[in-house]
Amino acid sequence: MVTIALIFSAITFTPILAGLVSNRRDEEAGPFISNHLLGLTTSFGLVIIIALISLRYGSLEITWGTAWNAIFDYDATNQSQIVVRELRLPRTILGLAAGSCLAVAGALTQGITRNPLGAPGILGVNAGAAFAIVTAIYVADIVSPAGYVWFAFFGAAGASILVYFIAQFGAGGATPVKLALAGVVITALLGGWTTSLLILDLETLDEARFWLAGSIASRGTDEITVLFPIIIIGLLLGISLGKQINILSLGEDIAMSLGQRIAIIRIAAGIVIILLCGSAVAIAGPVAFVGLAIPHMVRSLVGPDYRWILIYSLFLGPCLLLGADVIGRLIVRPTELQVGIVTAAAGAPFLIYLVRFTKLSDV
Amino acid sequence: MQTNPKTPSTFTGQDLHLSYGGPPIVEELTVTIPTQAITAIIGPNGCGKSTLLKALARILIPEQGKVEVNEVDIHSQSTKEIARQLGLLPQNPRSPDGITVSDLIQRGRYPHQGIFRQWSREDESSVSKALSLTGLTNFSDRPIDELSGGQRQRVWIAMLLAQETPIMLLDEPTTHLDIAHQIEVLDLLKELTEQHNRTIVMVLHDINLAVRYANNLIAMRDGEIKTAGKPRDVLTAQMIHDVFSIQAQILPDPISGSPLCIPVIGSS
Amino acid sequence: MHYLAIATPTLQRSLTVLAGICLTIFLIQLADRIKPRSYTFRWKNISSRIQLRVVWLSLGTIIVITILTGVGLIVGDYPIPASKAIATALWDRNGEYDFIINSLRFPRIIVAILAGMCFASSGLIFQSLINNPLVSPDIIGINSGAAVLAVAILAAGGNIEYLPWAAFLGALLTAALIYLLSWKRGISATRLVLVGIGINSVLGAIITYITIKYPIERVVAAARWQAGTLFGATWDDARTLLIGLLILLPSAFFLTTRLRTLQLGDETAITVGSKIERDRLALLAVASLLAALAVSVVGPLGFVALIVPQAARLLVGSITGGVLIFTALLGGFFLLGADLIAQRLFAPVMLPAGVITATFGGPYFLYLLARYNRAN
Repeated sequence: MVTIALIFSAITFTPILAGLVSNRRDEEAGPFISNHLLGLTTSFGLVIIIALISLRYGSLEITWGTAWNAIFDYDATNQSQIVVRELRLPRTILGLAAGSCLAVAGALTQGITRNPLGAPGILGVNAGAAFAIVTAIYVADIVSPAGYVWFAFFGAAGASILVYFIAQFGAGGATPVKLALAGVVITALLGGWTTSLLILDLETLDEARFWLAGSIASRGTDEITVLFPIIIIGLLLGISLGKQINILSLGEDIAMSLGQRIAIIRIAAGIVIILLCGSAVAIAGPVAFVGLAIPHMVRSLVGPDYRWILIYSLFLGPCLLLGADVIGRLIVRPTELQVGIVTAAAGAPFLIYLVRFTKLSDV
Repeated sequence: MQTNPKTPSTFTGQDLHLSYGGPPIVEELTVTIPTQAITAIIGPNGCGKSTLLKALARILIPEQGKVEVNEVDIHSQSTKEIARQLGLLPQNPRSPDGITVSDLIQRGRYPHQGIFRQWSREDESSVSKALSLTGLTNFSDRPIDELSGGQRQRVWIAMLLAQETPIMLLDEPTTHLDIAHQIEVLDLLKELTEQHNRTIVMVLHDINLAVRYANNLIAMRDGEIKTAGKPRDVLTAQMIHDVFSIQAQILPDPISGSPLCIPVIGSS
Repeated sequence: MHYLAIATPTLQRSLTVLAGICLTIFLIQLADRIKPRSYTFRWKNISSRIQLRVVWLSLGTIIVITILTGVGLIVGDYPIPASKAIATALWDRNGEYDFIINSLRFPRIIVAILAGMCFASSGLIFQSLINNPLVSPDIIGINSGAAVLAVAILAAGGNIEYLPWAAFLGALLTAALIYLLSWKRGISATRLVLVGIGINSVLGAIITYITIKYPIERVVAAARWQAGTLFGATWDDARTLLIGLLILLPSAFFLTTRLRTLQLGDETAITVGSKIERDRLALLAVASLLAALAVSVVGPLGFVALIVPQAARLLVGSITGGVLIFTALLGGFFLLGADLIAQRLFAPVMLPAGVITATFGGPYFLYLLARYNRAN
């Protein structure tokens, strides 16, 4: 119980605390974390801790010893060790991967849309993946998570490409406003069609509803390991875009006069977002809040420099996702609450804080 | 158009403390605005000119002190009543998408309208008068988005005119206008005070235009009124230095004889 | 393979729908040719200005709605000859078709018209207040608020009679919650949207949770409701909507001038004599009530509140009392048309009307977006 409370408070209120702390420091210039060596080490340490917690805690009671043994001294006949190795370890790895992808993609989305509410979902990734998966289930009876993966990935990719395509008509190309508008439209449109398919067929609904909740449980790792190279490439590319995003966030006119090729940067960022979000959605289904909150929290700690925002998001995203997953496991033992639900619920206090207590509300 | 609305006898702000919820911008400021005259407020950026104007316009509620028209506190009167006496043209006004010129100007008639009185003869005539005074009669059906910045500014001024208030407050009304239109607007304001009994208070950045047109000049700095009075009396090199921290020479302007402020380059 | 389970629409039906759409576009082009002209009415102290174009367009829309009503009474799984259909609907209660006409088709048609009117007028007020063409009542939680309670009742197998009340209550409570949370010395549009998004995601999480926890049969009923459907509309529903509209639409009508003043921006509105917070709250309340009313009867039907005000604005310009009435009528037409298409296009499979509004609404919206992009 204590653990649950601690972890839940951590994932919900850490961003808020970070924000409060940095607000108070507004009078003193400079980001809160100026010593990045310390900051990065701490973040990395947090990731390790969360990963260990994820291995240890769950509906089945496991001791630290068992967890340790499962990794380093595997005994295939030990029930508990099997649980750790076969279920929790893959789950943890997936959570780490999805968390990093979502957080970095979220930071990039906020960078190119210059919208503090930017989350990958507003570019249509979640809606596209959902539509593709539901269609797959309806038309072709695909039911295994492995089968979903590619549909989700290409559905997400397709939707966001469509959003980009629509947004670049008219003067200025894919400006933040047009991206947001196009994203809203495509999301609503695909959402409508998805819902209709779900209604038409009971079995489709039955299958799809679990995926739609967003979860990293019972996903086979085999097919998903194919995604890993994509994830790695996406993360590396994404982080290297940090400097360019810094310039882009100064506004189009200034960026152009500084010599930046805006269209190319936007496309590059878009490709990275598609790669990362597509993978995350393929792994975990539509998970809200991580892409939105982590960049904010990181920004309030390290300042507006996207190079650091992206790197810290890489580490802190998994913390949030895995933390939410652990809570989902513990809170309604012996059943589970999907991670997508936990993050959405945690999102509310955070968003309300953002609106009431930060300058966001005076935008 | 009610060309000569009833002029208020006094228009004052007393002991005003103004802030936007944070540190105070203006403290203990008392000001008397002469009626049927143009008062221009000048001062460096951030000195509180717009803040004072907003307080006078009933937009900003003073933390302390009061603004009075005819010796009645403006906050004690009903909104529509005050709107019939005070009108404001704010900085950077925002217009709804796709609205036409005459539509926007009509909305200035709000304080004179009611549920059953939506488009009286007075409404109609004051809108057309406002259109002709600002030279916009031919533009009346055009959408505002199609107009230039200067033309748009004139539409907002026309809206203020249509409101037909004896007191008109304008926050940087000449910002986007070219010199010809600036003179046109200021000439119009002058005509309004001389022939139509209006009382005008405006914030201006151009010191020389302020001096040319104003009957009363108020110079502010750091939330205080440094000096106020007739421009000829008040505009001195010392005042410019005190308020703007630059050196300037004051010469009589060859056309009107009123003082001309010539800043010394490199002196800031 | 499931895709063959949807009967493909027959050629005849597809052509009919296509013809209908072409006709609508043609009528819209025709409407563009009516010159805007206004007529001033004065009598003693009372004066008003009426835009004739809005009047003509409204009359035209009423005619179109009447025609569609006739069509709706005639077509169906049991086609009924026109004269009999109309007779049964209007005066002959004992005819052989009484059940089909008077208990199935006619109430459904009326409910479609009235609900469409509610959605469209609510959307118009929101879009005018928040000055953003993409805003609709969902952002303030009307839909998700209604959905949470409705889905809970349906999934838990509760009494369906309470469904409309629960939905109405849920919608209003959520709207009130969002207003309260975004109140910070007044309501700003941005804050409203932000808080709305937050609350919506939480409610969405709750709904997802319910969807998973309960057996699939009940969840399907909940999912159907969530798509928005006019299936099973009754005269009681029509009555509820009518009473609501009779109260709310005139209120909105009289509040239009205040809305127009608010559109000028807070500062200008104050100087022109508006009590901005009070007016804004009144308008939001009326708009929320309209949307909540409609959602409680037909479920969270998407796109009507989004699209119809946009289309109306293209035809008649910025909001006035007359424009409000016209938009409402246009909404009635849109939803009625969408429902008829939903019922007939894939017959015998009946789609929820929400699917059609999404399918047609979406591309139309993209078209609007392209125009918006090109204009800006």
